[in-house]
Amino acid sequence: MNPLDSLYRDLIMDHARHPQGKGLQDPFDGESFQVNPTCGDQVRLRVDLDNTGEQPKLAQVSWDGQGCSISQASVSMMKDLVEGEDLDQVAHLEEIFGRLMHSRGQGIDPDEAALLGDAEALEGTSRYPMRVKCALLGWMALKDAVAKAQAGDNSPAGAPEGI
Amino acid sequence: MTASSGEVLTAAPLTDSELVAIRSDFPLLSRRALTGQPLVYLDSAATSQRPRIVQDAMRDFTDNHNGAVHRGAHALAEEATDAFEQARAAVAQFVGAGAGEMVFTSGTTAGINLLTTSWAAASRGAGSGAARRFAVLPGDRIVVTQAEHHANLVPWQQLAAATGAELAWVRVDREGRLRLEDLEDVVTARTRVVAFTHASNVSGAVTDVAAMVAAAKEAGALTVLDAAQTAPHRALDLAALDVDFAVFSAHKMLGPTGIGALYGRADLLEAMPPGPTGGSMVEIVTMSEATFQPPPSRFEAGTQAVTQTVGWAAAIDYLTHLGMDRLAAHEAALTARLLDNVGEISGVRILGPAHPSNRLGAVAVEVDGVHPHDVGQFLDAQGIAVRVGHHCAQPIHRALGVNASTRASVAVYNTTAEVDRFAEALDQVRAYFGAAL
Repeated sequence: MNPLDSLYRDLIMDHARHPQGKGLQDPFDGESFQVNPTCGDQVRLRVDLDNTGEQPKLAQVSWDGQGCSISQASVSMMKDLVEGEDLDQVAHLEEIFGRLMHSRGQGIDPDEAALLGDAEALEGTSRYPMRVKCALLGWMALKDAVAKAQAGDNSPAGAPEGI
Repeated sequence: MTASSGEVLTAAPLTDSELVAIRSDFPLLSRRALTGQPLVYLDSAATSQRPRIVQDAMRDFTDNHNGAVHRGAHALAEEATDAFEQARAAVAQFVGAGAGEMVFTSGTTAGINLLTTSWAAASRGAGSGAARRFAVLPGDRIVVTQAEHHANLVPWQQLAAATGAELAWVRVDREGRLRLEDLEDVVTARTRVVAFTHASNVSGAVTDVAAMVAAAKEAGALTVLDAAQTAPHRALDLAALDVDFAVFSAHKMLGPTGIGALYGRADLLEAMPPGPTGGSMVEIVTMSEATFQPPPSRFEAGTQAVTQTVGWAAAIDYLTHLGMDRLAAHEAALTARLLDNVGEISGVRILGPAHPSNRLGAVAVEVDGVHPHDVGQFLDAQGIAVRVGHHCAQPIHRALGVNASTRASVAVYNTTAEVDRFAEALDQVRAYFGAAL
């Protein structure tokens, strides 16, 4: 596979064209708004927690935004991966994905990478440091939204006027 | 030719053999892209490549003449001071200014911040009575344009916030040109300053400086020209343009990073209080206060980027020998071809004037259905370097209905073949990403 095709794998393009979880849902427990400063890409993401069990779970992830195929595919894959998981597992997946993205094309332990589901296909992104931010945009929003939800802050996330 | 509207190109474009010779002066242009293909560098509006003599001049200075400028009595200090002041004179001459009117800064951004910092101080009462002309008071107006690079927008936002002044702006039209008809309403009697770009780094549109200056003068407002985009591509005569201040950077005009200049009319600099303060810019310092040197030293606090000034002077020497008129003729031909080629690609919209008159060779495009990052990645895989993103100019992108764009920009060392390769690759982008179905 040439480098371009290994970056834009079919699985990634499928998610980019048919993103999962796009469209903000109510009610929600936490919302985050994140911007990629280099291109102005934005994502607004909401999480709804399920606190009925022993461990709080991520009941629903919904989002809206605009961005490149990498950023859009990454949020979509993330939604599929983390929805329904308990928050410890969400944090664990987030940590693994972060390491994969910062691996500079070296990849990570295959058993760990396999835990990432479709998101494993984004490994090629790690070879392009400028694009890693694109792949992490949604994950940053998720982390922030979960932190807000756990702190009981379900206020709308701010964006400057005129955007 | 002239730098503002109604330009007339009279010089002959570069011949093929001249262009080959020019390219051989730029070592980087002979490197390969990561893909092994010849590199096509079309990102000079972000930063230009450098001829060998720039590095040679800086190495010679470092190896033979380095010393503390304006300090010490030894030979090296004198040689370094001479080199520094000769560089200042070269920059000044290149843009039609006096050496005393040229303040070295670390770049365009620092030049604007020097102004806003100084004027914020003047607004708080700093400086002599003559400094009051820079005071910005609550209810005063600061005018910018929608075409500004963030460097010529955000510092003014900060000054407005610090002083209670209001910020107003001239809008752009659908081609990214300034809507000069806005001037009448926007530039009011309370306007203290009109800060505007000489050419948009997104649309490439060149500003009608005379119209902007006339409106500002009628209101008694100062003018600040952001010439970062034009200084590399046009013979500038700041005195003829009749602006009060201007800023530009070496690294966009074949010189090194870390050095730029603020031009200020002599009488204005004389009246202006300092921005940043510290060593080198003072006369008498006691434990409780200090007096300041005349300009330009008053505005050059701390150790300056002396080595870079020497490199910049070498770049200016290179441009001067080339002839800015011939450079402009070559770039105009490239720009016309770029616009023609790109204009024919279906699903690609040029964010700026489609015709080359009164326009620089920075051509930003929107590719229907494909994000600029993806466009840039596709081009990079073919060895073509362009800029993607908002190019530090979010408002004009928003005004043109997009978040970001893909921008190819030409410089004197680019060839017709490179411009054609870019257009051919751009033509394949939508098919690759399935947007041309």
